[in-house]
Formats: sequence, structure tokens, C-alpha cells
Amino acid sequence: MLELGTFIVLSVIALVSAIFVITRHNAVHSAIWLVVTLFAVGGIFLLQHAEFLFAVQIILYVGGIMVLFLFVVMLVDIDVALKQARFARQWQVALVTAVLLLAIVGYALYNHGQGLNLPARPMVNAPAQNTQAVGMALYQNYMLPVEIASVLLLVAMVGAVIMAKRKLE
Amino acid sequence: MIPTEYYIFLGSGLFTIGVIGVLTRRNVLIILMSIELILNAVNINLVALSQYFRSVDGQVFAIFVITDAAAEAAVGLGLIIALFRNKETVNADEIDLLKW
Repeated sequence: MLELGTFIVLSVIALVSAIFVITRHNAVHSAIWLVVTLFAVGGIFLLQHAEFLFAVQIILYVGGIMVLFLFVVMLVDIDVALKQARFARQWQVALVTAVLLLAIVGYALYNHGQGLNLPARPMVNAPAQNTQAVGMALYQNYMLPVEIASVLLLVAMVGAVIMAKRKLE
Repeated sequence: MIPTEYYIFLGSGLFTIGVIGVLTRRNVLIILMSIELILNAVNINLVALSQYFRSVDGQVFAIFVITDAAAEAAVGLGLIIALFRNKETVNADEIDLLKW
């Protein structure tokens, strides 16, 4: 019961602050509301006993990516953007399309009240130490993807530096 | 024990809000933030199903999604800085050089 209450509170916080992210005029306010959403999603990870992902969410998303976002928001001129219209011309069509998407996904998930029809869950116990299990999986079964992810990060770093440089020689 | 469906409903709701943000906003920075919302919705689904099947594979995938989000944010923000330097705007509908 307590678990369900926590889930409802966290998901309401996540959804409401997500709506604030896409409706605020000022990009700085949007970024702050996005931090609130990310914290709520991190809480939902914690509720599902994914402690390692919770830590990664806080350190990497809130601590890293959002600081980067705030830096760039303050680098570009926000005073001009504040005086202009928030939404693009096609916003009604876009809203109808997105709500239709939600309705279709919701109908498919509802499935005449039967839910998802997931296959039976395997009869094994969840790993006791989440961080240890994730580390084992990352460095044993997913060794090659980890290496590819490191190459991806290197490429992204070089790309970002090249893109933000003033002039190419 | 919360049913897995609840998490997936939450994920689809967050995904739809992100899609609305991408489609309706004019500010490129907020479009990038909406993409982060979409990636978080995917992560919620991955973790919920990983918890249902009592395996950590879904969580490992979520870590890779977060890695991609970091790479995407770095490159996207670099692009925005280059764009702002050249065109003095962050509005998506004023960037129409390829539109005739």
C-alpha cells in the first residue's frame, strides 16, 4: 500500500513537471523542471530496486547533462526568445496526433482489461545485490557493447568540440 | 507489488508529453529537453520489464540509453552553439535553409 502510494506520488510529480518542461516560456525554467522530472524518474528506479541506475540517473543526468543544458541555455540569447511565440504554427495538429498516439498505445496496453499478457515470470530470485549484478552483466555478457559505448562517447566528445569551435582550419 | 502495467502506462504518458514537446515547441533547446523526456520514458519501461523478468539485462540496456543520451546532448548542444553563432536564432522554424 505504501509502495503504491509512493508510486502514485512519484508518477504525478514526473508527469506534471514534464508538462511544465514543455510549456514554460523561459528555457531556464524548463531546465529546472526537467531536473524535477529526472529526480522523480530516479525515485521510480529506486522503487523497482534498481539502485545502481538511480545513482547513475542522479550523477549523470542531473549532475552532468542538465548542467551542460543550463550552460548552453545561458550562452545563447534568451531575451529574444522570451518575446516570441512559444509554440509552432502546427501545434493543434501536433497535439491531436500525440493524443491519438497515447490513445492507441493505451488501448493496446489495456487489451480489454486483460493487461499486457506477459509470459510467466521465471522462477528465479532477483539478484540480492543490484550493483554487483549489473557490474557482472556489464563486464561479462556485455563486454563488447561497453567498449562500443566508450568509442561512441569519444566520437561525441570530438564532435562536440569540433562543432563548438569558432573556425575550422 | 505494483503491476508492471502501471509502469508502462507511466512510460507511455511521459513519452507522449515528450512527443508533444518535440512537435509543438519552437525553441531548439526545449526540443532537446523533450528528447531527454522520451529517453527517460523508455528507461522506465526497460527497468519495469527487467524487474518483472528478474534479470538485470533491461537495466544494462537502460545504462546504454543513458550513455546515448549523454552523447546526444553533447553533440546537440554543440550544434546549437554553432547554429546560434551563424544564424543568431534558436527557433526551429527560422532554420529553413534546405526548405524551398
